[in-house]
Amino acid sequence: MTDERVVRIASGQGFWGDDLEAPVRQVEGGPIDYLMLDYLAEVTMSIMQKQRARDPEAGFARDFVPLMERIFPRCIDDGVRVVTNAGGVNPEGCAEALVEAGRRAGVQGKAKVGLVTGDDLMDRLEALIADGHEMKHMETGEPLATIVDQVQSANAYIGAAPIVEALGKGADVIVTGRSTDTALTYGPLIHEFGWATDDHDRIAAGVVAGHINECGAQCTGGNCLIDWWEIPDMANVGFPIVEVSADGTFVVTKHGGTGGRVSRATVAEQIVYEMGDPTDYITPDVVADFTTIHLNDLGDDRVRVHGVKGGPRTDFLKVSIAYSSGWKATGTLTYAWPDAAAKARAADRILRERLDRLGLHFDEIRTELVGWDSTHGPLVGEPPADIPEVQLRVGVRAEDKAAVERFTREIAPLVLTGPPSVTGFAGGRPRVQEIMAYWPALVRREVVEDHLRVEVRDV
Amino acid sequence: MTKVQLVHLAHARSGDKGDTANVGVIAYDEAHYDLLREQLTPEAVKAHFGAMVKGEVERFELPNLGALNFLLHGALGGGGTMSLMNDAQGKVFSTGLLRMEIDVPDDVAASVKGKGRVPQGWSPGA
Repeated sequence: MTDERVVRIASGQGFWGDDLEAPVRQVEGGPIDYLMLDYLAEVTMSIMQKQRARDPEAGFARDFVPLMERIFPRCIDDGVRVVTNAGGVNPEGCAEALVEAGRRAGVQGKAKVGLVTGDDLMDRLEALIADGHEMKHMETGEPLATIVDQVQSANAYIGAAPIVEALGKGADVIVTGRSTDTALTYGPLIHEFGWATDDHDRIAAGVVAGHINECGAQCTGGNCLIDWWEIPDMANVGFPIVEVSADGTFVVTKHGGTGGRVSRATVAEQIVYEMGDPTDYITPDVVADFTTIHLNDLGDDRVRVHGVKGGPRTDFLKVSIAYSSGWKATGTLTYAWPDAAAKARAADRILRERLDRLGLHFDEIRTELVGWDSTHGPLVGEPPADIPEVQLRVGVRAEDKAAVERFTREIAPLVLTGPPSVTGFAGGRPRVQEIMAYWPALVRREVVEDHLRVEVRDV
Repeated sequence: MTKVQLVHLAHARSGDKGDTANVGVIAYDEAHYDLLREQLTPEAVKAHFGAMVKGEVERFELPNLGALNFLLHGALGGGGTMSLMNDAQGKVFSTGLLRMEIDVPDDVAASVKGKGRVPQGWSPGA
């Protein structure tokens, strides 16, 4: 008997800080089966690690807890299951806060929370290196040992298996750490349709569905370049929903009555976002070939996706490592007509000379004129002499925190000691930020998979 | 042949992976895909960006989407939180590439005039 079901997976967050109302609109705006919430990006884990260092109960996407308190009863009543990587570097703490939120929301005894742990390699790095796991930087080839003392967070991108296991055990809401973004979508599909691990094409189709879902409204008209001025009602933009069939084909759409647009063009733009070699889109469970994706625009905000091919998974998982690597700060001042750009450049020269005279050394000093060249650089040539205004933006980077701190005190003085018609300093001194550099590496998958744990708790 | 800015022939989106920016360029009209493929060589794109891209430019073809994907290595000042750039995550390298001028047949140039830009007189309140 063929499986005629369609599983509807709605995307509610594309990053930590996305539209807080979007997941509520997804749950209340029409029927869905799953809500996936992606909170993590390359730098997010290190930010969470710092928060946890200050407060052992922190280290996850805090927004997720009050969100669930709002939507938990509706999700349970409608049978909408939630899958999220909101756990960050503290999925345990996130799950505990979630259970409490569930009790406050009145779903005690009616809901189960799934918790996935084991992706966090922070406490295992020394032992892994000692065991011969070099975790070489994927671009430079340097072994991790060279910077292991500076590491702030280290998490393996994990696949669908623990999500599938938690769903099988009846979890209504599943909290993970560094689950691969796409697995939040294809995990539920493997659970629903029972796709085998060597069913590469269907899992690859699930990966494509996940890639389209993972950035929220970026596939439904948000940040869309094509005819952006014609895309309707962006104030009430609909987030994506993928309607997936057992054969892996799916339709991208959004709830009726919402703004935005789903078309071949809006979906294609999201497909190429953050893409590397399209024939080799590597995930923990399959390698997808994005050159096999076919799109049919069905009209009425519906795009059909079919034809996706995939190949077997690799023996490795990617590890996302963040390490502290010095300090930086960025200062800005605004210069007005006449000769705004000339004034800004003169101020920059004066500032650099003062930093020199102070004997301060930086690994990099970068100057941009916001309103002229800060986005397209030398492609735009020289600014017109009568440009109405520019913002001078100077950034510095150094190992020496004191040098960066002193830089932050050299911006405001330029107002009274530099070129005229300057303003825009009301925000105060620039903030000194710790730099978290990124160290992508690979590790043999069994090293991580042997430590993955799935736990299901009653609310 | 006429020089036409790429913005009239294609739309694009860009993102980051470490210190590498990617730009996916999608033909408005799939009939123009071959034209883009001929002219947007990795060498031409590297030359267009000049000092903005310190490393090599790689190109991948997606005929299924009428798209080309470029990887611009060493374009983001170290990438992530290391970068001092306003556009540290390479979000607008997309339109940086659409500034490029390419040679197109005169009839194509005439047919894409004004495409890709806000119509005259448009306002967000209208």
